Parts: sequence; structure tokens; C-alpha cells
Amino acid sequence: MSKRLINILTPIFAVVLGIIFGTIIMLVSGYNPVDAFIALGQGAFGDVYQIGEVVRQVTPYILAGLAVAFAFRVGLFNIGVEGQFIVGWLAAVWVGVTFDLPAIIHLPLAILAAMIAGGLWAFVPGLLKARFRVHEVIVTIMMNYIALHTVNYIVNTKMNQGSSKTAKIHETASLRSDWLSNLTTGSSIHWGIIVAIICCFIMWFLLEKTTRGYELRAVGFNQDAAHYAGMNVNKNIILSMVISGCFAGVAGAMEGLGTFGYMAVQGGFTGVGFNGIAVALLGGNTALGVFFAALLFGILKIGALSMPLAGVPKELVDIIIALIVFFVASSYIIRIVLERFSKKEVK
Amino acid sequence: MEFVIEMLNIRKEFGNFVANDNITLQLKKGEIHALLGENGAGKSTLMNVLFGLYQPEQGEIRVKGKPVHISNPNIANELGIGMVHQHFMLVDKFTVTENIILGKEITSGGQINLKRAEKEVRDISERYGLAVDPQAKISDITVGMQQRVEILKTLYRGAEILIFDEPTAVLTPQEIKELIQIMKTLIKEGKSIILITHKLKEIMEVADRCTVIRKGKGIGTVNVSETNPNELASLMVGREVDFKTEKSPAAPKQDVLDIKDLVVKDSRGVTVVNGLNLSVRAGEIVGIAGIDGNGQSEFIEAITGLRKAEKGSVMLNGKELFGLSTRKITESGIGHIPQDRHKHGLVLNYPIGENMVLQTYYKRPFSKNGILNFKEIYNKARALIKEFDVRTPSEYVLARALSGGNQQKAIIGREVDRNPDLLIAAQPTRGLDVGAIEFIHKRLIEQRDNGKAVLLVSFELDEIINVSDRIAVIYEGQIVAVVDPKETTEQELGLLMAGSNRKEAGEGTHV
Repeated sequence: MSKRLINILTPIFAVVLGIIFGTIIMLVSGYNPVDAFIALGQGAFGDVYQIGEVVRQVTPYILAGLAVAFAFRVGLFNIGVEGQFIVGWLAAVWVGVTFDLPAIIHLPLAILAAMIAGGLWAFVPGLLKARFRVHEVIVTIMMNYIALHTVNYIVNTKMNQGSSKTAKIHETASLRSDWLSNLTTGSSIHWGIIVAIICCFIMWFLLEKTTRGYELRAVGFNQDAAHYAGMNVNKNIILSMVISGCFAGVAGAMEGLGTFGYMAVQGGFTGVGFNGIAVALLGGNTALGVFFAALLFGILKIGALSMPLAGVPKELVDIIIALIVFFVASSYIIRIVLERFSKKEVK
Repeated sequence: MEFVIEMLNIRKEFGNFVANDNITLQLKKGEIHALLGENGAGKSTLMNVLFGLYQPEQGEIRVKGKPVHISNPNIANELGIGMVHQHFMLVDKFTVTENIILGKEITSGGQINLKRAEKEVRDISERYGLAVDPQAKISDITVGMQQRVEILKTLYRGAEILIFDEPTAVLTPQEIKELIQIMKTLIKEGKSIILITHKLKEIMEVADRCTVIRKGKGIGTVNVSETNPNELASLMVGREVDFKTEKSPAAPKQDVLDIKDLVVKDSRGVTVVNGLNLSVRAGEIVGIAGIDGNGQSEFIEAITGLRKAEKGSVMLNGKELFGLSTRKITESGIGHIPQDRHKHGLVLNYPIGENMVLQTYYKRPFSKNGILNFKEIYNKARALIKEFDVRTPSEYVLARALSGGNQQKAIIGREVDRNPDLLIAAQPTRGLDVGAIEFIHKRLIEQRDNGKAVLLVSFELDEIINVSDRIAVIYEGQIVAVVDPKETTEQELGLLMAGSNRKEAGEGTHV
């Protein structure tokens, strides 16, 4: 069995194991797993409306996953995707509310603003890491709280249009489309999925094909060798963090310009950024892997909403997701089993 | 004749690859038995079979005449086989004693009895003349001492047979002398030793018998007293090997590198290069001789831009390099074969092919408008791999997977190919076998003959004397003497490296 095949099979086995153990938990706690999974399937694929909702849910997951995966590939842990996501959301909404421009300028400008906001938010931990070797995990976690409370303050005091919400963004900055919405009988699907797919391509191209990607990865693998090769290690660390933050910021724009069209005061973290970590992990930190992992998470999340119809609490899906993450994290065990298996085949 | 260990007709396969093919090794009680072979010849595999890490496909292992089945290292330990690994397996933050007892702690009432353990460690240390302080922290003691801790670890576990895996690779000449003494004491005390090495000099000095393996096959066992280094080398490599590197006299021209009053501090802020002056001319090889820790590493790092120098001047072809970035220095014509190929020389997780453009990736034809041209990169890589005889299954294999010798050849290929005016080679042959060393020396001399300047730093005096056209001795961060290799001796160099001044060192020898 080739290394590549094992790399692909490992997350698939993790998903299967997660579902099996989820089934056991349902049985033990007296729920009917068959009904639960039928309800889950119905909830995700039952009709075009559900599919539209899944696509809408997948969009920010892809981008948050890309943010984490990108950082990981260049040797950094960006736990701050949540914070960068929130500031990106606010920046996009602010541009959407404040300016009056033709759509062709307004929409890209709003996405760009989100990108810059997310990038700036990630610039701080990047700078601290490059200049003072402060570990980015600590700083990004702290930056999450700063983002949450600062954004809440701004929404509450500067942009509040009643009931702790900003005004609706102008039509010209919106990702929503009546056509898409009608096609899916009124779901909240929006064009953001196209943006997310483009970003998958950008991440792959940037890392694998460009001179800059060669540098970024080299710095991630071995800073000393990168220095020896004449690369500017500190600049590349900061840049890595900023690019990762840009992806997270765009994820925020998806919510601000697509799903909601406004920003409300957040009672707590949205969880999108943290789910991004799980998505990146399951997707093996590759662009394509992130796409499929986000798809799975989106299906599970949306499908779960229908599970109470079968009398099963939707929280069980969170348990299954947690189990999948657990099995990916302990993929070492799965790997060993697969390698044993392939050895026997040879004999 | 009593054999304590017999490995008979051992065969070990990995898939289609035969790592050990019908190898026999018999260790007599109380002897030092060398196991000689090139990098990748199968020495480590054979020892891992003995140590229970691998199971052989065929063959038999006997300990004291009895056939045994060693299925894991614990069984090897119980049979009295101990391994002193090349890469030490020590916990830095623990003391010597804590490291030694790890896994075999003496406890009383659930608590570790450190006092008793320390006493035992001290007793063993004294008995074998190891002079290790049981209370010292690992991070505070020298590499040589750490190795002794590894030796103590095996003795503490009751080893009768000690396997030394390339023990001198990391040691200074002085430490090597001490290690040889320790090995002799061990033998006197009734232990038996298998010494894995590719250094012929050490075998001649310390071993009783020597088993040679080549490309996985057992070539034979010889009595060291009845052989000589040339014979051993040709047994190992399978052809005649030149020890004296053939070279014509140097024809040096203008100064290429000119260093004045260079001052460099190390990572702790201690001044380790203290007003160093040196020049290297086109068409000559200047060797830097010195004991490890006299500022060599910092000196090289400062001129290549890896470390900021405090003050001084570094001129390359009349252009000041002081304070420039690594990239600017590389571009102005310096090639650098770094001392630590894993730390600086390679990105181990990149394919070997992509490592071949580590300093040129951003230039045409490898990169155009910020996009890499992998076709050109791999064309270049293939050409270099062929020219410099880098043995790798393909250019797409991760650099990590190559053997040390082949990694080094790849680095040398990359650096020489850039055709720098000054080539700096820091410990270029460390840990390599005679075949690879010969190859690398030839390449350095070739650069010189092409009118380039070469600066060689090495702790191996043989290498310095053989390859250099001038020898500069470094001591406490200064060049204290420049001597002609044809007119100096190892003794004179040894004294200069130890800090005696020129005149004292010269007494008794002809200068």
C-alpha cells in the first residue's frame, strides 16, 4: 500500500470509526441509530432546500479550514482563526453598510476589507513571533478574546441599529442571489461557495507552485536551512501568519455578506474558527482535503438539525464530530493497522 | 577458543532489498572486534539484528555457544549485550545518575533511592576509569562525557558485550584518545567489544580483529596485526583507495578573501572570535586547524552571514561583506558546505531535487514571474545527481531518506555548481567513509585548480595536512600561526592548537 493511499485512507477510516462509535453511544443511551441516521440524511439531502443550507454551512468551514491548514503547512499553529474570522465579518459589514458603490466594486471591496482585517489581526502574533519569539498559540488565543469583545463593543455602540445588530448591508455588497435562493426553494445559499473554491485553488497554487510558497514551506520545515539559503526568515513568518489570517477574514466576509447580511453582537465564539482546526486536521492540511472535510462537517451540522424529529438530540452529531477528530488525531493507530495490513498482503 | 557472540550466516531483507547477505561475525571473549564497512554497507542492520530490533530471515545467533532467539532489545540486555548509540539517548535535564537508572530505578518504599544509585554509578565509573560526576546535569557536560554516560548505562545494566556504534564521529582528537583508553580498560576487566567504524586508523590502533562487509555481503575477518590500512580500505571499498590525495603544487594568485580584526560573539554573548586576521588567495586551499570550540563555527557563520559579527572587515574580491545579508553574501560569490548538513545544509522534508536549488530557486530559469519551473529544477537536479554520484532512488525522494554521504555529495554538488569564487567547506567529510572522503577531497582540489579559493575547516588533522596548501591554526578566536603543510608535523600542529606559541612548538622539530 503506498504512502499516498494510506494518507487518504486514514481520515476515511477515522470517519467510519467515528460513526460506528457514535452508533454505539446512541444504542447505549437508548436512541435508535437507524432512525437517527435516516433523519440526518434527510436533513442534509432531503430536498434542494437542505442542500442549499449545507452549501451555505460548508462555505465558511472551507475558508476557516484553509486558514488553519495554510498556517500548519508553513510551520505555525493559528488558533486565532476565530478572532480573525470575527474581525473579517465586521470589516465586510462595515464596508457593505457605509459605502454606496456599484456591485462590481462594492462586493470585492467588502471581501478585500475582510481579508485585510483578518490579515492585520494575524499580523500581531506573526510580528511577536518573528521579533520576540513569542509563541503564536498563546497570542492567537488572546487575540480571539480581544476580537470578540472589541467587535461586540463596536457593534453595540457605533453601528447599532437596534436589537444589538448593525444595519443590513447594501444590495451591491451582498453575496445573496434570488436566483440561487429560488433554485433551492428559499435556502440561505449564496455565491460565497465560489469564493471558497477559488481560495482552495489559491492556497494550493501559492504553496506548491510559486517561489514564495517554496520559501514559506522551507521556513516552516527548517528555519536554519532557510536562513542559510538566504531567505528572510522573520519576514516569511509574518507573511505566513498574515496570509492565514486573510483566509480567516474572508470566511468572516461569507457570514457578513452572504449568510446574515449584517453583524450582531456575539454571545460567545461562533465556533467556525475552531471547527476550522478540525477541518484542517481531517483534511490533512491540503486544499482538496480541506474542501472534502468541510463538506462532511457541513452535512453533519445541517443534517443534525433534523435529528430531533427522530427523537435524537442533535448534540449527538457534535459527539460524532468529536469522535472523528479524536480518531484523526490518533491516526497513528489507524496508520499502524493499515501498514500491518499492507505488509501481510505482500507476504 | 571461546566465542561470546556468534552471528552465523545472517540474512536480512527489506522487501526486495537484501541488507545483510550471509554475514558471519564471531566475537571472542576479551577482544575488540571491529566491524568495518562503507556507509550503507549493512553494519547498523547487522547490529540491530543482534540487538533484537530486527529479526533475520536466515542464520543463527549464539551467545556463549548456545543458540538464542533475540526478539527484542530487552532480551539482548538480559543476555548481556549493551549498545552505545551514535546518537545519544539521554534526557538533557536529568543528572547523570538519573539517566543511568532510568528504567532500572532502585526504589525503597516507592521512592527512588538516589543516594544508593549515585554510589553504584560512582563505583562503576571508578572501576572503568570513566571519571564521570554522577550528580552533573547532562546539559552541562561535554559530548565526550555524555558518551561515557551511555557506556555507564550499559555497564549498569550488566552488559558483558558492548557494541560501540561509530563512537568517535562526534569526539575531538583528545576525547578519542581517552575513549580508546577506556575501551582498553573495559577489555582488561573482561568485557568484549564490537566497534562499528569506518575509520581505519582507529581499527589499527585499538582492534584485535576486524570483520569487513561490503554492500551487504560478508567479505571476511582479518587479524589486525597482520594487515594494514591499505588492505582494509580495499577490502571495504572493493578497489584501491588513495590516502594521500594526489595534487599538484598550488599556484596561488590574488587575494580573494581578506579578513581583518574580525570579532564575533557566540549565542551566549561571549566573544569567541577575537580579532581574527586571515587571507585566502585564488588557487589555494587554506585549512583551519584547531580544537573544537575555538571559534571556528562562529567564524564561518559570521563570514557567511548566518551570524552577525561585532566588528572587523570581511573583503571578498575587494568588496566589503561585513553586515550584509546571507542572500547578498551568497550572491557575491561564496559557496558554503555547512558543518551541520541537517541543520543548515538541507531542508530534509523537501525532495532532494528541490534541495538542489536552495539558493537559486528565485532566479531564472528556476523561477519566472514568481512561479517555479519544476521542469528546469528537476533537470538541474538530475544533472547534479549524476555528476556528483548521489545515490538516490530518484530525485523526488525526500532528502531525509538519503544516507549521510549522499546528502553531503548533494550539498557539495550544489555548492560547487554555483561556481563560487570562495568555497567554504566546514567539516565536509565528517562521518563519511573513505570512498566518499576521497571523492570530496578531489572536488575541493579541483575547485582550487580552477583558480578558486577554498577555505577548509576540519578537526581531522590528517585531512587538514593532506588537502591544504596553507594551514592556519586557530586558538581562542585568533589565527595564531600559518604553517606550510609540507614542513609541519602533527605534533607541531597539536601544540599550536593547544595554545603554545610558535617558537615553543617549533623546538625539536624543524620549522
